[in-house]
Parts: sequence; C-alpha cells; structure tokens
Amino acid sequence: MTPPPAPAVARTVRPPGPLVIEIEGVTKLYKMGSETIHALLGVALKIHRNEYLAIMGPSGSGKSTLMNMLGCLDTPTAGRYEFNGKHVAAMSDDELAEIRNKEIGFVFQTFNLLPRSTALANVELPLIYAGYAAHERRARAIEALENVGLGNRMHHKPNELSGGQRQRVAIARALVNRPSIILADEPTGNLDSRTGVEIMELFEQLYDQGNTMIVVTHEEDIARHARRIVRLRDGLIESDRPAGD
Amino acid sequence: MQLSEILRMAFGSLAVNKLRSILTMSGITIGVFSVIGVMTTVAALRGSIESGLNILGSNAFQFQKFPSGFNTGNNMRKYRLRKNITVEQGQRYQKLMEGVAEVVSLELYDFGGGGTQATYENRKTTPDLTFGGGNQHYLAANQYAIDTGRNFTESDVELARPLCVIGVGVVKKLFPTEDPLGKSIKVRGRTYTVIGVLAERGTSFGQSQDDIIIVPISRFAMEFGNERQSLNIATQALSQEVYNETLDKAITAMRIARGLKPEDENDFEVFSNESLIASFAKVADAVAAGSFVISGIALLAAGVGIMNIMLVSVTERTKEIGIRKSIGARQVSILTQFLIEAVTISLIGGLVGIILGVVAGNGLAVWMKASVIFPWMWAGIGLLVCSGIGVGFGFYPAWKAAALDPIEALRYE
Repeated sequence: MTPPPAPAVARTVRPPGPLVIEIEGVTKLYKMGSETIHALLGVALKIHRNEYLAIMGPSGSGKSTLMNMLGCLDTPTAGRYEFNGKHVAAMSDDELAEIRNKEIGFVFQTFNLLPRSTALANVELPLIYAGYAAHERRARAIEALENVGLGNRMHHKPNELSGGQRQRVAIARALVNRPSIILADEPTGNLDSRTGVEIMELFEQLYDQGNTMIVVTHEEDIARHARRIVRLRDGLIESDRPAGD
Repeated sequence: MQLSEILRMAFGSLAVNKLRSILTMSGITIGVFSVIGVMTTVAALRGSIESGLNILGSNAFQFQKFPSGFNTGNNMRKYRLRKNITVEQGQRYQKLMEGVAEVVSLELYDFGGGGTQATYENRKTTPDLTFGGGNQHYLAANQYAIDTGRNFTESDVELARPLCVIGVGVVKKLFPTEDPLGKSIKVRGRTYTVIGVLAERGTSFGQSQDDIIIVPISRFAMEFGNERQSLNIATQALSQEVYNETLDKAITAMRIARGLKPEDENDFEVFSNESLIASFAKVADAVAAGSFVISGIALLAAGVGIMNIMLVSVTERTKEIGIRKSIGARQVSILTQFLIEAVTISLIGGLVGIILGVVAGNGLAVWMKASVIFPWMWAGIGLLVCSGIGVGFGFYPAWKAAALDPIEALRYE
C-alpha cells in the first residue's frame, strides 16, 4: 500500500490572524514511582489564528504531552501558557473545562463518540455543556453535521457508521461550538488510507472556511497537509518551519 | 446545563442496564414498602378507632378484672391473681350507684373455649358466637338496638328467666324463613326463648357483631357458674359534665362492692373509650417504631447497594467521563449527572415501594374493616428519605467520577 501522495496543486495560505496560543519555557514532569519523567523541557511556541499546523515527533518525544497541554487537558509544571491572552497555567479545572468547551475542538484518533447516542446527540453534547437551549442546539448540530457531509445520517449511532463517518461526526462535534482551534490527534490513525485522504481533504476545507487547525501526527504524509510543521524530539522543539521546506 | 438534560442523561444510562437498575431499586422498594405498609395499616386502624371506637358508648366507663387486651404481657400474673368480679358484687355496685347513674350494664361472657354454637331444630349457627349474660342495660351500654320483639325487663333479670335476645346473624342461620320470636333455641345444652332481635350492626375488626346471643345475667351465672368468669361492668354517666364525678363515685362504690379496705389498691381496671384509644395508640407507636428500625436497616443495605452499583458504573464509564470532560463538562456537571442517577434509582424504588405499601396496607386495613387512607405524610417522608439515600450513597461515586483526570479517563479502555 502506497501512502497517499501529497497534494501537488498550490495551496491557499491564508495570512495569519491574531495570536491564539503562546507558550514559553513550558516544562512538564511526571512522577512514575520513584522516577521523574521529563516530558517537556522548556518549549516555546506561538500559534496564530488561521494557521494550519502539524506537530510531529516519534513516540516519547513529548508530542502527546504538548497536545494535552495545548488542549487544556493538562497544565504545565512550569512555564507560561496564554490562550487568547488568558493565562491557562493558573486556571482551575472548571475554567479549563470552559476553555475546552468554547475554544477548542478535539478530534481524536479513536473518535471518542458516546456509543449509545446518535450522531446528532453526540454533536449536541458540547452545546449542552455550553448551556444552549434545545432548539438552538439542534439547529447548530444539524448545520455542523451537514457541513461535514453527514446530513443524512444524523440519527445513526456510532456503531451504524463507518470509521470515516464516525470521524466526521467527531469533527462536526469539534466544530459545533465554533472554537478558536481544531486540535486533532492522529485523526487518520484508525482509518484506511482512502478514508484518511477524505478526512484530510475535509481538514483542508475547514481550513479554507477559516478554522485554525492543529494536527498532531507521526506520519509525514499527514503532516504535509499542514502549512507549518513543528518537530519535537526528547521534550524539545527540534524544528519549526513552513511545510515543504 | 439544564436539569432536564441531566435527567434525560440519567434515565438514558439507567435504561441501558435495566436489570441492574431494577435490582438495585428493589432494595429501596422493599425497605420503603415495609415501612409504608405498616404505617398505612396503623394509620388506617387508628383513624377508624378514633372515629369509630365507641365500644362503651359516650360518657361511659367500664370495670373489668383484666386490663384491655392491647397491653397484656408484663403484669399478667398480678392480674390473674385478682379475684373474679362476681355477679353479686356487680349487683351490690348497681345498688350503690342508684341515683348516680341510670345505665349500669352487668356483662358476663362465655370464654369457655371451643366457641359457642346455637341450634334450632336441625339448623346451626356459626361456631364462634358471642354468648353472654347481661341485664336490661346491656343493649344501651353496647350500642345495640331492638329491631323486633323486646329487651329484658328488670324482672326478667331478677327472676333469671330463660330468655334471650339474638343478633341477625343468628336469625339468618336458625330462622331463615320463620319468625324467631317465641321460639326456643339451644345454646350449650340449655334452652332459651327468643324475645328480641337486634338491629344489624355489621362487622368491626373482622368480627361480626351480629353473631350474638345475650341471656339475662342471672340466668347465665346460674347455669354456667360464677366462678370461671369475671364480670364486666359498664356504667354510663348522665352527662359529660358529671362524668368525672360519676367515675369517682363509681370507683368508691366498686371498692365497697369488692370489700376492699381503705389501704388496699383497686383490684379492678377502669377504662373508657379514651383509655382504649390511648392503649391502642401505644401499641401502634411500638409497631411503628419497630417497623422504622427494620426499614432503616433495609434502607441502609439498599443504600450500600446503590453506592456499589454506582461505583461499578463510574468505572465502566470512565471513558465516557473522559469524553465529556474533554468537550467541556465541568466537574459539577459530571457530579450532578451521577448524583441524579443515584437519586433516580432511589426515588423510583421508593415510589414503587410507597405504591405497593399503600396498596398492601390499605388491603390489610380493609380486611380489618378499617377505612382506606393515603398516608401523605409518610409518603412525603419516604420520598425525602429516598432522596437522602440517593444523595448520601451516590455522592462518593459521583465525586469520584467528577474528580477523574480527563487524560487518564480518555486513555481508559
């Protein structure tokens, strides 16, 4: 099986907007028994609105830790993290939950849909936590599902959908609250290559629609879709340059 | 987020594990059922007794050897050692009370065991008749009225005539087609002539009040002996105003009739409708307290069951909790979701328990001829306690769910 070729056509590069994420000197230590693991050793990164960024690195490079940090699922041991100008490192769990709800749209490798809920209910969930009324929730969830091409499968449960469709539901869920960034963790990792290409095409579309995309991956072919690639190694940023360079 | 959403989520996840949810609920149901069932029965009986208990008639009191049947037990020996109240003592008392109270009913019942049956020709009554001796005031003191025929006269009692008045229960069995008046019936081998038929009374506490035969007390004492049974003496004061005065005089008269010395204690019991109600209330309270303790233990066990199942549920749904947190669920949202689930289990269980308890309690009450009630207060308390159990035993699992680390939870498979 050959990996899908990177798009040959010249791609749009939208001018970067205002700063969304700024981290500086971020370190993260884990205690595992008596051992201390240094997952991040002073990372600095700036991400602007309208960027399409890939974060790459082999396993153990600290890219999962960085993603959790960017996604406000975790806070750094030391260092500064500002999200839209707000200091995230000092936030309480509930404040982090609010950022995750309103500002970040997660797309996971394993989709992470609620298995017993329909596609529509899954997409509505972030809006429930955001406190929207039922009719507005429904309208926005339907719109998000239509946007990813699943307008006709809204009432199916995840086990009645293909892998690609499930990932589309997850993407709709990520988009539905109009977040500042879409944060995708190996979004094609559980998909066959053809479906993977479709999902990456969808990402391209979303980027063109004005979304800020951050994709964490270890696959060069996926990273090549981005406009900028950040490479991590041993808890440090090894390189940070435009894709194709 | 709105409560309606949380409720929908809670019902949704309870519906996934129907059997498990129902089994957990049943613990609560059993606990609530037992206490509500007992409380309904007790309340229904109490209501009927307080409104309908007029065994003695208004402004009446009764002397008797033994205390009322509700609270026997402790001092039975003391009561058993008392001498029976004899017909002679009763008559002496009646004399002393002349001018103080008009209605003095002397009553002697057949507690011979084996039940009493009356026969006429080849027909028989039920084998558990109330059979006793009374004077001319018996009917008035016991709220019976003559339907046809007549009551005893003073001379019937004085001369110990072999007469009887009978209830309609007896009439139905012995005289289905004939007029009973003037007929001779046999009771315990003796023959009595029917002079009166009592108006129908119906049943009270599962016992028919129409299966009754009363003969003159003097005749009863003569034929069945005076030794084995003790007399009951019911006295009716002329009015409410003189009730206490009459009671004081009556106790003095009774002490004289019994030949007590001034230093002796009363060797008889006095009771009234009020004291009967009070002694029933005492028993009812004891039963209620007992059922509280038992239900309390059952509910505690059910609460532990809820906690157990909720802990299992939290572990099983770790991934779901991680997903919810990753898309912005706050700790309080997760906590509420699981808490509501626990409370829902508990409340549904409690609601079913209340319904079953009210149905069963009223069934028992109806069987005992008491009127149907709905114990609003106990139902309310029951629901409150169930919510408390749900919150109390659901809190730790819910808190555990809310405190999960989102990264760990997402990684959980």
